[in-house]
Amino acid sequence: MSDRAIEKMVSVMKEQYGNPSSLYRLGQTAKEVLEEAREKVAKIIGAETREITFTSGGSEADNQAILTAAKLGEAKGKKHIISSAFEHHAVLHTLKKLEKEGFEITLLDVHEDGLVRPEEVRDAIREDTCLVTIMFANNEIGTIQPIREIGAICREKQVLFHTDAVQAIGHLPINVVDDNIDMLSASSHKFHGPKGVGFLYAKKGIRLSNLIEGGAQERGKRAGTENVPGIAAMAEALTEAVENLDSYTKIVQARRDRLIEGISEIPHSALNGDLKNRLPSNVNFCFEGIEGESLLLLLDEKGIQASSGSACTSGSLDPSHVLLAIGRVHDVAHGSLRLSISEATTDEDVETIITSVKEVVEYLRGFSPIWRDLMAGKKEFIL
Amino acid sequence: MALYSEKVMDHFLHPRNVGVIEDADGVGEVGNAKCGDIMKMYLKIDNDIITDVKFETFGCGSAIASSSMATEMIKGKPVSEARELTNKAVAEALDGLPDYKMHCSVLAEEAIKSALEDYESKK
Repeated sequence: MSDRAIEKMVSVMKEQYGNPSSLYRLGQTAKEVLEEAREKVAKIIGAETREITFTSGGSEADNQAILTAAKLGEAKGKKHIISSAFEHHAVLHTLKKLEKEGFEITLLDVHEDGLVRPEEVRDAIREDTCLVTIMFANNEIGTIQPIREIGAICREKQVLFHTDAVQAIGHLPINVVDDNIDMLSASSHKFHGPKGVGFLYAKKGIRLSNLIEGGAQERGKRAGTENVPGIAAMAEALTEAVENLDSYTKIVQARRDRLIEGISEIPHSALNGDLKNRLPSNVNFCFEGIEGESLLLLLDEKGIQASSGSACTSGSLDPSHVLLAIGRVHDVAHGSLRLSISEATTDEDVETIITSVKEVVEYLRGFSPIWRDLMAGKKEFIL
Repeated sequence: MALYSEKVMDHFLHPRNVGVIEDADGVGEVGNAKCGDIMKMYLKIDNDIITDVKFETFGCGSAIASSSMATEMIKGKPVSEARELTNKAVAEALDGLPDYKMHCSVLAEEAIKSALEDYESKK
């Protein structure tokens, strides 16, 4: 977490611990902290303060945005929603639920490069389409979607456009007006704020449906006493992230590119997702002949914390739906590695990571029966 | 809490009996790449005694540890005893596996049985 965010959180907990719904002075001070945070967040994304609703995180914001659009659509007899095959489960599972309630869902192909094609969005829009929801950047492979173009098509067709921007906000410049966004979800811990806080931007005029009923907090759209310290710290973290965005992008992107270059030297490996339209922090590879969990555990032994789309890391039998969506077959999707870097990752770290990944992949291939068959020509290389 | 017991980590980080026996008397391979686990066992058998055993595994940490432990448990043992090895015994010897990883110990048992079948069929 960012030091500035931690300091802000502590100071609000110590000094402004009143309930913003109370009339006594301490309550009103807390209310001021809350509204100040709302102003900061709104300004950063080019929104108006009343368009920001604080939530418990990105998942809640995704749920609320989609269910809102579904309800508005249903009232007009429009029950068709367009999304993509590799959305976050907060989106996909909500859509599944709506499907059971009679909605029709179109999941667009994300192609081998992990990018939605705006023209395919246009072609998929029908008379009864009530929502297009496409993530700003993918959480596993980091590909940045053509949001502005998709938004423009939705405007033209008068269909609501929501984007799950959890991975993008604080990492990419976002302006909801310029980018033609009607609703946007964000989560604080993705930009070094505290966990359990997020927000939903909804363009004025969109009547949000409640997920949580109760008091009149958040203009009656999200009941429950506000997490004031968390919200204030989130606004602080986002402010800091945006202040440093230019230098962050330059530095982190250069290190990402070096990592990709170094890891690409491993034979029969492949980068997942487009190289150019990619979050500065994201590196994601598939390696043939090895399994991801053992790769992660061995890297962890070397002090490198990574993640994988392997089934074994998720407790299910299927590997990552994102990797399958970009056309990776099960055999290689199990052998994936995701590295997320930040300003704190030094040039030296980058070189250590490259060396370690090379060593570990070679070691695991050394006793992999699949690798043996591949090398002996009994099986064909996929990558 | 750690995902795996110390024993699992020990066998994963320092697997015993890794490799190939070129002139093996029995070879067994189970699992498939689609599910993310493949185990291959090589046995050298002399007078119905398993004199040497080697394995190759494509799989997660517990799959590698299960293979390693299973090879240790049958090395130097008579074929009849190796045939009785259960996945439960392998998991217990590793001080337990997480529930959703129990299938790794099943694969180890099956790989050994498959190698023994191959040995019997060649006799």
